[in-house]
Amino acid sequence: MKKTARIAAVAAIAALSLSACGERPSDEPADTGSASESPSESESSPAAEEIDFKACMVSDSGGFDDKSFNQTSHDGLEAAAQNLGVQTGEVESQSDSEYGDNISALVDEGCNSVTTVGFLLGDATLEAAKANPDVDFSIVDFAYDKAPKNLKGLVFNTGEPSFQAGYLAAAASETGTVGTFGGLNIPTVTAFMEGFRLGVEHYNEQEGGDVKVLGWDGKDGSFTDDFEDKTKGQQVAEQMIGQGADIIFPVAGPAGLGGLQAAKDNNVKGIWVDTDGCVSTEYCDVLLTSVMKGMDVAVEEAITSSVNEEFNSELFVGTLENGGVGLAEVSDDVDPAVVEKLDELEQQIIAGELKVG
Amino acid sequence: MTETIAHPPESAGPGNKPVPPAESSRGPVTWLPTLVETLAAIVIALVLGALLVALSDPDTVETLPYLFSYPADFFSAAFDAVWSSYSALVQGSVGSWNRISTTLERSAPLICAGLGVSLAFRAGLFNIGAQGQMAVGFLVAGFIGFTYDLPPGLHTLVALAGGILGGALWGGIAGFLKARTGAHEVITTIMLNYLAVSILLYALGKEAFQREGSDNRQSPPVADSATFGSVADTHLGVLLAFAAAVGVWWLLERSTIGFEMRAVGANPEASRTAGMNVAKVFTLAMVVAGALAGLAGTMQVLGDQASISPTLAGTIGFDAITVALLGRATPLGTVLAGLLFGALSVGGVAMQASAGTPKELAAVLQALIVLFVAAPALVRGLTRQRATGGGSTVMAKGWGG
Repeated sequence: MKKTARIAAVAAIAALSLSACGERPSDEPADTGSASESPSESESSPAAEEIDFKACMVSDSGGFDDKSFNQTSHDGLEAAAQNLGVQTGEVESQSDSEYGDNISALVDEGCNSVTTVGFLLGDATLEAAKANPDVDFSIVDFAYDKAPKNLKGLVFNTGEPSFQAGYLAAAASETGTVGTFGGLNIPTVTAFMEGFRLGVEHYNEQEGGDVKVLGWDGKDGSFTDDFEDKTKGQQVAEQMIGQGADIIFPVAGPAGLGGLQAAKDNNVKGIWVDTDGCVSTEYCDVLLTSVMKGMDVAVEEAITSSVNEEFNSELFVGTLENGGVGLAEVSDDVDPAVVEKLDELEQQIIAGELKVG
Repeated sequence: MTETIAHPPESAGPGNKPVPPAESSRGPVTWLPTLVETLAAIVIALVLGALLVALSDPDTVETLPYLFSYPADFFSAAFDAVWSSYSALVQGSVGSWNRISTTLERSAPLICAGLGVSLAFRAGLFNIGAQGQMAVGFLVAGFIGFTYDLPPGLHTLVALAGGILGGALWGGIAGFLKARTGAHEVITTIMLNYLAVSILLYALGKEAFQREGSDNRQSPPVADSATFGSVADTHLGVLLAFAAAVGVWWLLERSTIGFEMRAVGANPEASRTAGMNVAKVFTLAMVVAGALAGLAGTMQVLGDQASISPTLAGTIGFDAITVALLGRATPLGTVLAGLLFGALSVGGVAMQASAGTPKELAAVLQALIVLFVAAPALVRGLTRQRATGGGSTVMAKGWGG
């Protein structure tokens, strides 16, 4: 009994003294009794005014924190919230069998636009688009032959900047061998690798070089079969470096980070994909450049068009021309003449003079 | 359970009538405390979860610095956050028939795979391999589903049988290795999981498993004729899951082989001395466990014209272990635990969609529930076994108390 009383007393004293030192109710609510609702500083950043539009997104089973295409697409959603003032809703999928349920959960929440991420959601998104003609759907990395009016595919010609990256790698290589590897042998991955290979070939033709590409021969190559496991990426890259490669181009999401680690350990160079590696990774010093895939831009644009009621089902193809894909700033170590040549290549690719895969 | 052990060994011999289980062992007195304990665990987990929801809510966190001056702010903000999350959880999982049917469909594979793990537990085997067994199951079922053109009904049956056989084979390998070589099933099932995933990836890289004109690792959807068919928006695989639970109960509690499984699970040496073929029991237990996981796999593809993809199984095979533990390795318990996890999974999506609660919270809730259920029981189970030395109770009693 005494004990409880003592504890109660201590608690009371603690509460009193703590309330004294915690006397910082945000700013001015002054008196007005206990009328809670302190008008606390609303938003720190100058966001756009909130509008009555809900933009939503469903990830594939990688989740929005995958440091890869889910995350980049999600950045687009956040940018839309910031710039357009739309409200957002999101669901991360845990298994491929959930996609349909997750999309309809968001539709039930009154989303005006739903963006799905990844080709695995292709069927579920099409079905949902047919069932909900009033909602605008867009899907990253997937194109339909015939899409209904309210469904837009967002795809990217990543071969174009990868072609430039291949040329750059060939020009920068001292050993005459460069390497690339993918996460999985699927088109969205191999598009990078094929562009890279063709870029190296182009260099060989133009400059009479004999630079070899490890890890991709146009049909098959080295894959980690995993987008998560850094050590797998590291092993593959170590092997390639052992075979003489001095530029590594990993196309494997977070697993590719292992490739950059291997490059760092062995004092060779790397080229990053999807985002600007100097911003998104800690390996900026080993990077020559990054092949950027502007999923965030495309997603934000799709949402914007839906807000402005200009949505159409025309396939969005990110190219060098429209800025949907591109090369990040090239490292200072690279010969300025090569950088100039890259700009020239960009013009040629835009003009359609080069086959980039 | 001493009564069961006290049965004369010849009752396990072939041709004998199945042993009637001791009625008293499943009487209300023994299972009621378990039920109360489980409910308590769920409540504690929900309370802790509420705390997490409140503390991860930005509005609530904002009121924390002046908690002691204006506690009302904090409590109202926290209450709002918790209320919106939990009401979304309930609404989203059982709020309407549509939601209930989604919950049932999500639960069905969990129940089946969970039954597989439970059954293996009862035979004294820790089956980590449900994930791989499922993968083989849906690979076979899906392949039959989208490749062949058979009349409806028959197509479903063939695909279903293929999936179950695939899973049974995969589970059987681990059982056979255990029986013949003593290779520990934990190791072999984990390795078989890796193998199954690699086979899946390899198969999906081949033309036969890919869609026409596409190189993506995604199979065509299974034909309509191979799907389970549905009543009131719920596919009939759900009924199969419940039927499987009844089947497992009958197998364990009413059949000779079930008695052997429980006996071997309790004490393999004694069972061998008593004349049981322990190797056969191990193999058979894993075959049935694999078949159940394979059945879970078929639900992933035949439920709703789905297509095979590398991540189709999600984490169901591993969640099944938790479901089995939570269900105390009994069929009824597994069904209830599977329903709970299905509801948490479906409701978790609603929490994300409407209340903005991170998806991890649903996972944390599941983990907390299992922690509170399993931890004290585990400790008690361990101490009891040490106390009696001989381990004269079956595994399930050890888990459940």
